Amino acid sequence: MKRHALSTRVWHWLNLLCVVVLFMSGLTISNAHRRLYWGDWGFAPEQAWLVVPRFPDWMTIPGYYSLALARDWHILMAWPFALGLLFMWLAMLGNRHFTRDIATRRHEWCPAAIWSDIRAHMRLDFDHGADKYNFLQKLAYGLVLGVILPMMVFTGIAISPGMEPSFGWLVDLLGGRQSARSLHFIFAFALAVFFVVHLILVLLSGPIGQVRAMLTGGHHP
Amino acid sequence: MKRRNFLAAASAAFLAGCNRVAESESGKALLGAAEKWHERAHRLLTDRTALAPEYPRSAISPYFRGNGSTDPQNGDYPRHAAEGFANWRLEVRGLVHKPLSLSLDNIRRLPQRTQVTRHDCVEGWSAIGEWTGPQLSLLLDEAGLQQNARFILFRCADNLNGQDYYESVDLIDAYHPQTIIAHSLNGEPLPIRNGAPLRMRIERQLGYKHAKYLTAIEAVASLDDIGLGQGGYWEDRAGYQWYAGI
Repeated sequence: MKRHALSTRVWHWLNLLCVVVLFMSGLTISNAHRRLYWGDWGFAPEQAWLVVPRFPDWMTIPGYYSLALARDWHILMAWPFALGLLFMWLAMLGNRHFTRDIATRRHEWCPAAIWSDIRAHMRLDFDHGADKYNFLQKLAYGLVLGVILPMMVFTGIAISPGMEPSFGWLVDLLGGRQSARSLHFIFAFALAVFFVVHLILVLLSGPIGQVRAMLTGGHHP
Repeated sequence: MKRRNFLAAASAAFLAGCNRVAESESGKALLGAAEKWHERAHRLLTDRTALAPEYPRSAISPYFRGNGSTDPQNGDYPRHAAEGFANWRLEVRGLVHKPLSLSLDNIRRLPQRTQVTRHDCVEGWSAIGEWTGPQLSLLLDEAGLQQNARFILFRCADNLNGQDYYESVDLIDAYHPQTIIAHSLNGEPLPIRNGAPLRMRIERQLGYKHAKYLTAIEAVASLDDIGLGQGGYWEDRAGYQWYAGI
């Protein structure tokens, strides 16, 4: 049996491309109005809860300020991103990757075990015993797949004025359009934090083997 | 700083790739098609008369931000403003059986709709205001659309950066119950900043579709020969999406 199923590998790289383009074009969109608000409305400095720094051109798509082109990229990549996530959920429920490898067990939520897992990470000891992933990995992948990525889709839908006549309940649930926009931004940066930590841990745990396994499937250890 | 240089270099290579895609014919077609997929999905998921949310008066923002033109100085506009818009006319023309020319009084005497709605700018901010005016459908029915009319064009008095502002919508949004020709904001005549004396409200789309300083409503069969052919000022000038429901 392969270490990574074909569905996981295809989704992983497709999702990487989508997230990178969405994040970088999103930074241009953020530059268009650098204040975030709570509630239904907000447009002036006195209503903002956060003033976001201006992101330099080299971090943004298209690499210069064009809100129109950034929005083009953003709404194009939203499709493979959202449909890809749906596909990944169906695949990992179907092949039991989620219940077998990612879902945590009750006994794992024990402070002593979690603490020893954290210490093992600090020592760069990535042995995870019989399970495929250790507790922190399960938690990170579970949060990304179950909360952060879906919330990117839902908060994105909630910002779209054309969706609101049918999905007004979603906007209300998120606390209004400007709250949804703030949450879209917060979850995007939560994802960016995961991305950086994920990248660092791959680099520390034998990057060539890791990347090769995510391309070819690898072998079960 | 080495790491940052590496990141910037990787990013530059990636950006060059993205821009090569965006500038290619197939890339352009793909980026344009995505907008159409969203429009179709919205139309599929949402009834053509489904309403944008309306708020209680207590939700109205303390003032209503203006964007784009906020004080036009071109053509007859300053004179009209000085006259309190007493001689302003709104024409309904193009592919209609009976062209109309209406004064502000004519417009105020039509059946009115008042709605407290949220205005979403493409930049990201939102403001809530109460708008009053007749439904566009009323004027279109009065003028009588010809068979081949497909789009409704809004002509504006303001000239921004050397080009006359204009916008357009399809017949679904033109006949939407919340699509009104607003002459009042929060119970007062429209301020110049917000489009005096008349502006459109296209409540299920972003702010740049809500044409201000409205002079004429024109029924057309195609947008190709108008302006640069993209259906609106910002669409022509900067490549903004014609369907602004996203």
